[in-house]
Amino acid sequence: MTIEAPLIAKERRPGQFVILQLDTDYGERVPLTIADADAEKGTITLIFQTVGNSTHRMAVKEPGESIENVLGPLGQPTHIEKFGRVLCVGGGIGTAPLHPIAQGMARAGNELKIIIGARNKELVILEQEMGALADELIVCTDDGSRGRKALVTEPLKELCESWKPDLVVAVGPPIMMKFCAETTRPFGIKTMVSLNTIMVDGTGMCGGCRVTVGGETKFVCVDGPEFDGHLVDFDNMMLRLGTYRAREEDDHHTCHLDLQLEEEHNA
Amino acid sequence: MHDRSTLDAQAKTYLASLEGKELKNKERAAIPSQDMPSQDAGKRIRNMEEVAQGYTEAQARLESMRCLQCRTAPCIKGCPVAIDIPRFIKHAENGDFAASLAVIKESSLLPAICGRVCPQETQCQETCTLGKMHKDVSKAVSIGRIERYVADLEMERGEAVMPEAAPSTGKKVAVVGSGPAGITAAADLRKAGHEVTLLEAFHKPGGVLVYGIPEFRLPKAIVEQEINNLKKMGVALKTNFLVGRTRKLRDLIEEDGYDAVFIGSGAGLPKFMHIEGENLVGVLSANEYLTRSNLMKAYDEENADTPIIRSKVVAVLGGGNVAMDAARTAVRLGAAKVYIVYRRTEKEMPARVEEVAHAKEEGVEFLLLQSPKRILGDEKQHVRAMEVLSYRLGEPDDSGRRRPVVIEGSEREIPVDTVIVSIGNDSNPLLEKTTDGLLVNKWGNIIINEEDCSTSIDRVYAGGDIVLGAATVILAMGQGRKAAESINARLAREHD
Ligand SMILES: Cc1cc2nc3c(=O)[nH]c(=O)nc-3n(C[C@H](O)[C@H](O)[C@H](O)COP(=O)(O)OP(=O)(O)OC[C@H]3O[C@@H](n4cnc5c(N)ncnc54)[C@H](O)[C@@H]3O)c2cc1C
Ligand SMILES: Cc1cc2nc3c(=O)[nH]c(=O)nc-3n(C[C@H](O)[C@H](O)[C@H](O)COP(=O)(O)OP(=O)(O)OC[C@H]3O[C@@H](n4cnc5c(N)ncnc54)[C@H](O)[C@@H]3O)c2cc1C
Ligand code: SF4
Ligand code: SF4
Ligand code: FES
Repeated sequence: MTIEAPLIAKERRPGQFVILQLDTDYGERVPLTIADADAEKGTITLIFQTVGNSTHRMAVKEPGESIENVLGPLGQPTHIEKFGRVLCVGGGIGTAPLHPIAQGMARAGNELKIIIGARNKELVILEQEMGALADELIVCTDDGSRGRKALVTEPLKELCESWKPDLVVAVGPPIMMKFCAETTRPFGIKTMVSLNTIMVDGTGMCGGCRVTVGGETKFVCVDGPEFDGHLVDFDNMMLRLGTYRAREEDDHHTCHLDLQLEEEHNA
Repeated sequence: MHDRSTLDAQAKTYLASLEGKELKNKERAAIPSQDMPSQDAGKRIRNMEEVAQGYTEAQARLESMRCLQCRTAPCIKGCPVAIDIPRFIKHAENGDFAASLAVIKESSLLPAICGRVCPQETQCQETCTLGKMHKDVSKAVSIGRIERYVADLEMERGEAVMPEAAPSTGKKVAVVGSGPAGITAAADLRKAGHEVTLLEAFHKPGGVLVYGIPEFRLPKAIVEQEINNLKKMGVALKTNFLVGRTRKLRDLIEEDGYDAVFIGSGAGLPKFMHIEGENLVGVLSANEYLTRSNLMKAYDEENADTPIIRSKVVAVLGGGNVAMDAARTAVRLGAAKVYIVYRRTEKEMPARVEEVAHAKEEGVEFLLLQSPKRILGDEKQHVRAMEVLSYRLGEPDDSGRRRPVVIEGSEREIPVDTVIVSIGNDSNPLLEKTTDGLLVNKWGNIIINEEDCSTSIDRVYAGGDIVLGAATVILAMGQGRKAAESINARLAREHD
């Protein structure tokens, strides 16, 4: 989804996100990473997965429609410099936020390899774009329908042994980031992860996004979203992500039906 | 006794008995203090509507008659913005409510709000002679309630007199944050003829007045009306604009051509206790809970997309206004049992007396001289109980407050499923982090020159919670005023 947001397009740096809202009175505030931006056209691109009520409603928007509220860019930009060898690992939709980071790393003159993983070939995204940036791209799927049949942690481990990256950047579902961090830990390779916790304001006011990093409480929206993966308490983060799950699933259930009907109607 | 028509009838009878009399101070002091009509506790815990319904005309006049019109007017010294209290009350006594409001507006821009939320018992009413005479601060003249009455009257009649903006000066000023500090600064700057833009991070303006203080204490329609007044005066409003991120503070001046900036960005970063179990599912900050309920309207489950935790037994940690608001919101969201857990005694509670009383009426239970030791989870890591320790008051500390001392071995478990942490805020570091040279103190509050609210950066002024830490609406408003005055003076100098 590409939307017009000239100020955000101009200010944003890799690693940052926006918060969208579809309705000022009743809408939910949804954080999404900025996957790409065009400062000249004044547009930003967001790639999202339809999981709950709001993302479903976003998915059925037609070109030319508008989104009531967009706030951003939020969060600390990725720290980009010439590290030497950088290995980027994207899992599922997490490949989208990884894209601008990989772009930045390539531009800064790093040697770059990229691993992208997804459940099956339909869910592999940005393969060409990533291929164009990287010296080597490894695609893997859980079912082997595209590229290698493996979890991303397999090639990650191999490259840690053979290529010895100076930095690993892993973005994807929490469980994937957790295992990526566990994979690199014995090698002592610094591993950056990007967290997507529950958020409300995104400006450091509510504390809903808090995570434990190295024993300290951090707020993802102002201190993050990127942290040292070896210090993040992933188990607690995953637990807290589930706080509102029962209710979301309820919503999703009805809404999914409604929207399917709507989509059929429009087709 | 809080039924509106009964209270009104009583006031009318009393008023009739005084009609035409020249009142002596003794007779004034003998008039009973007027209770605030309010929704019945049993009913109001099932709705979000305002609890205190406001005086009737007869009550407002009768309460005004209690004022002794003291020559020294100690009440004025208790009001942070020094409203000429006896003068506005005199007009109200005579039934000239428009004149009364005009007196208030000389000093305060938001009387409908301050009349509702000021901690009067520690401000204007604390020093009132009548309260001293009765040796009971609750028997002081109800200055805030009269203030609210005259302000509401104007709003109801929809005849708000908009201050005229002076002819354009050609100068541009940006105001960061639309809480009470920002609203006040914007109005005063616009009055002076500058082009004013109000920049707000949230999708709705109003600051804590909309996302923090609940509807049942401060109806959002009142805040909305104040914002509309600003718009009518010609103040431009940009929501979804986070200064420091959407645009850097310095860029507002260096690139966007603003001649001055006022920062009223409020507090931020809720504090946590750093005890065991604080990251279990079911522990959250009062800010998050209240924002979900108020701003995101999560209490309206039918319409709102934002979820909120539905709890059976809630413990709210803290004793301030924020804690009371969270506890009373939990009651309204259907919790069967709500506790306030506070380390000291009721006397030390920073919350307004009225809110504490309301919370009690609504069934909130106060666990005083107790503090949590840890929070316990079940096998799914959801909150199941809280272990608390009892305290006793020991020797007074440097500030003169008696320090709570833990009673060893007093641990006990209370079963709860939600813990709402409401022990204050640190300041939001965003502006400091993204702006070179913006000086803050060790708590992260922006350092200003008390005289004129100027910061360490030329053309940048600040006020409200971001400077004072957690303060009050009226103090934030006062600083917004002061800063606007200095900006106006400075721009006038540059204009010549
Ligand atoms: C920084 C960040 C930004 C985000 N931004 C967006 C956004 O812009 N838009 C959006 O919609 N969502 C965003 N999300 C949400 C999030 O990416 C998705 O909800 C999540 O990726 C689920 O995607 P999926 O179901 O495709 O993953 P899955 O298909 O469940 O997993 C993808 C891959 O992860 C790996 N993996 C999974 N489990 C394990 C394991 N146990 N061990 C090792 N590897 C494993 C596998 O290789 C698998 O192929 C963001 C998340 C993060 C972290
Ligand atoms: C629940 C609760 C109950 C309270 N009850 C009372 C009471 O009964 N009586 C009383 O007197 N006081 C009360 N207070 C305190 C009072 O509300 C505050 O002292 C007052 O609102 C401070 O005003 P302010 O203008 O400084 O900031 P705020 O009201 O906090 O407004 C700041 C605004 O700035 C915005 N902002 C922040 N950063 C940026 C940025 N970088 N760019 C753009 N916008 C930004 C925020 O989104 C916010 O809207 C209460 C506070 C809370 C939280
Ligand atoms: S503004 Fe507040 S302190 Fe001042 S008179 Fe009114 S209620 Fe009292
Ligand atoms: S101190 Fe009390 S009685 Fe005296 S003027 Fe003020 S409000 Fe009236
Ligand atoms: S989202 Fe509210 S503090 Fe981070």
